[in-house]
Amino acid sequence: MLTLAFMRAAPSVAQGALTTPSILAPASTPAHETFALSQFVLVITGTIFVVVGGLLAFVIIRFHARKTDAGHEPAQIYGGTQVELAWTVIPVLTVVVLFLTTARVIFAIQDAPEPKSALDVTVVGHQFWWEFRYPKLGIVTANELHIPASTSDAPQPAYLQLLSADVDHSFWVPQLGGKTDLIPDHPNQMWIDADKPGLYLGQCAQFCGIEHAKMLIRVYVDTPQGFDAWVKNQQQPAMDDAAVAAGRRVFESEACANCHTIVGTSAHGTFGPDLTHLMSRATIAAGAAANTPDNLRSWIEDPNTFKPGALMPAMQLSDQETDEVVAYLTTLR
Amino acid sequence: MADQTFPIPGTPDVGLSRGAAVLEWLHSWVVTVDHKKLGILYVVYAIFFMLVAGAEAMAIRIQLAIPHNHFLSPELYNEFFTMHGTTMVFLVGMTFIFGFGNYLVPLMIGARDMAFPRLNAFSFWMTAFGGLLLYYSFIGGFGLYGMGSAPDVTWWAYAPLTERAFSPGHNTDYWALALIVTGFGTLGAAINTLATVFSMRCRGMTLFRMPLFVWLMTVTSGLTLITITPLTAAQVMLTIDRYLGGHFFDTQAGGSATVWMHFFWIFGHPEVYVLILPAFGIASEVIPVFSRKAIFGYPAMVAASIGIAFVSLSVWAHHMFTIGMTSVSNAFFALSTMMVGIPTGIKIFNWIATMWGGKIRFATPMLFCTAFLFQFLCAGLTGIMLAVAPWNWQLHNSYFVIAHFHYTLTGSFVFCMFAGIYYWYPKVTGRMLSETLGKWHFWLFFIGFHMTFDTMHFVGILGMPRSIYTYEPDRGWNTLNMIISVGGLIQAIAVLILAWNLIDSFLHGSAAGNDPWDAWTLEWSTPSPPPPYNFATDPVVRSRRPLWDIKHPNDPDWKYER
Repeated sequence: MLTLAFMRAAPSVAQGALTTPSILAPASTPAHETFALSQFVLVITGTIFVVVGGLLAFVIIRFHARKTDAGHEPAQIYGGTQVELAWTVIPVLTVVVLFLTTARVIFAIQDAPEPKSALDVTVVGHQFWWEFRYPKLGIVTANELHIPASTSDAPQPAYLQLLSADVDHSFWVPQLGGKTDLIPDHPNQMWIDADKPGLYLGQCAQFCGIEHAKMLIRVYVDTPQGFDAWVKNQQQPAMDDAAVAAGRRVFESEACANCHTIVGTSAHGTFGPDLTHLMSRATIAAGAAANTPDNLRSWIEDPNTFKPGALMPAMQLSDQETDEVVAYLTTLR
Repeated sequence: MADQTFPIPGTPDVGLSRGAAVLEWLHSWVVTVDHKKLGILYVVYAIFFMLVAGAEAMAIRIQLAIPHNHFLSPELYNEFFTMHGTTMVFLVGMTFIFGFGNYLVPLMIGARDMAFPRLNAFSFWMTAFGGLLLYYSFIGGFGLYGMGSAPDVTWWAYAPLTERAFSPGHNTDYWALALIVTGFGTLGAAINTLATVFSMRCRGMTLFRMPLFVWLMTVTSGLTLITITPLTAAQVMLTIDRYLGGHFFDTQAGGSATVWMHFFWIFGHPEVYVLILPAFGIASEVIPVFSRKAIFGYPAMVAASIGIAFVSLSVWAHHMFTIGMTSVSNAFFALSTMMVGIPTGIKIFNWIATMWGGKIRFATPMLFCTAFLFQFLCAGLTGIMLAVAPWNWQLHNSYFVIAHFHYTLTGSFVFCMFAGIYYWYPKVTGRMLSETLGKWHFWLFFIGFHMTFDTMHFVGILGMPRSIYTYEPDRGWNTLNMIISVGGLIQAIAVLILAWNLIDSFLHGSAAGNDPWDAWTLEWSTPSPPPPYNFATDPVVRSRRPLWDIKHPNDPDWKYER
């Protein structure tokens, strides 16, 4: 069975369309600094590994018992003060060097002052999705974070205020920096400043319940112009297309409105993601499925198809109502 | 010296029927207060739960072998990894060390039993029933998903996920109560070990002549008393939250999630040293005997052990670098964690120096100890990497961390437990374990271990977090996960070989004699298995290696030891 599974798994690697969130491919100042520090530490630990591992290998090869010397016990040596002192002092010095290097980077990343040009984003962790609020821009969105690329000429780091609506979560996008936890009643901060536009993947890194595995993060680093265009679009109220008025009525009159907000309608719920610009996002269900009309329909019929245990209930709408709601949602660009 | 036994009459043969004799035999195990029988019970119990938690690990690995697998439901996966961690730490690790400690400490210090035999039995049965309580949740814990819901909140069980609002039902209660119960058993065993070491040593057995295993059990027991206490307190607070309207960890009512973290890790980090120190003890017995040399730097080894115990009490928040502590706190815990590397480094150097110039026999116990040295070196180095707080922000809660602590708990702890089983099985049963099966066990386990846990480092560096029941196929983790799973399967086969070896050698193994390894500590001076009273006459010792002194009357240790 495992062989079969291996054969099924192998092609996905071969396709080459990988988006590996590797910490070895940093794309932001904190990630770069951490990566440089990790290379330094790797050199030191690697040296220790070679020296001590080499000693061990030498001892194994050189001193294994041979048939010829049976019967005699080797010379008994009980210890040696000088050699003990040597292998105490050398590790102490190594620790001093490692600690000072580490402390420098801790302070450099953690205590970096927030520049005036910084973009403020409030990240709220929910079971099992992300809420992103841009307080100064009046934008609320979910699961897909947009930030502008930050260059040395025009630095625009994103300062994330990390909150939780329920249990502990952790925000981790490896290429952009280390993780920081979202803990209820314990606001945290972190900052990232991506240098290259692109899509960066991550996910929740602190177990938060049944669907922890499908609490994925997508960070879109836009060009400054692209980001401005995105902001302008997000600041609009929802599209109001008369052709899908029936779907809007269903949305406002059924339970949908209890949990979701669509700006410009009577839906003001806050338990679920803001859907005002749903179709500007590539995925639904916190990255668990592509944002296509078919997937939207399956999701509304029963969220358990993508995410068993998601907190949204199966909506129990009639086929016609479901069609109408999906038609309405797909206009929310 | 107790190299002879007096004929002391055993149970009189009153001609019991076969059935009655079996019942009598079973009854003797239930009511026993003999440290050797209790030690065997502990170790058998540990091996049983190792098979159970190993089966859970196998299910986890089948689920993760391919992306988007449906072998386990998310509910069951979360239960399995919670139970795997909880079982391995509390029902396998703790019972292994107190099993070895129970059996060996009195024999090694020339005593006839532990200081408090009945407390000893009480401790074992508390631990045993705590384990049964935990596993009863699979059928009895009425949880969110109906009957039969095991704990599913991870083994570190961060608040407020454990509060009633997020974990209704009783599965979290089974977890909390089972740990309180086993915790009391563990505390009893620790008190007993300390009392035994400090009051039951035979004539001439000064503290600085005790075998290193006894020293390390002493240090571990002291550390246990300090660490189990906050864990028990935290479980009581959690239970108060859940049933009596408390708000210790209830963030919706002003409680604090981070307080739980501090309580849990001030237990949790010293706990790994509680486990690893007795493993060091086993290595410190096996390596000298199979290198045919006295342990190098005995006083340094003792000092390093005590040093590790002290430093280990100040490192707990390195599990919490990502919770938003101040930069000064992060720097402090980075430093304290790196400092653990100093005494552990001293230990590794002393073991290598013990082997240096020796005539090393690579019998199965020594194979496991040699692999332990290598793996513990790697575990220490990845530990240094994780202590580098900024790097930890990346590596924390990733598969790199899983790889690191399995290097310590499997690659070091379990390897030493296996070494201990092969080394002392002849003493316990009077029969040798099969060396052929032992070598098969070792090599398969060694290869499987490295396939699984070496690979985990890489998949962690590629961004795979822990505790996820499935993953996306486009992340580049697929092949690595398959390798990890295949390695797991190989380890499972190796453990089954051990189980078979234990049973088969018990029935058909060759006779061991008193001292099959030509060893030097007191337990090898009594018959195998030892009589209930251990030593017919109280031993008297003059050095750390009393049997060396007898075997080499012209060149005894006490002439040279410092």
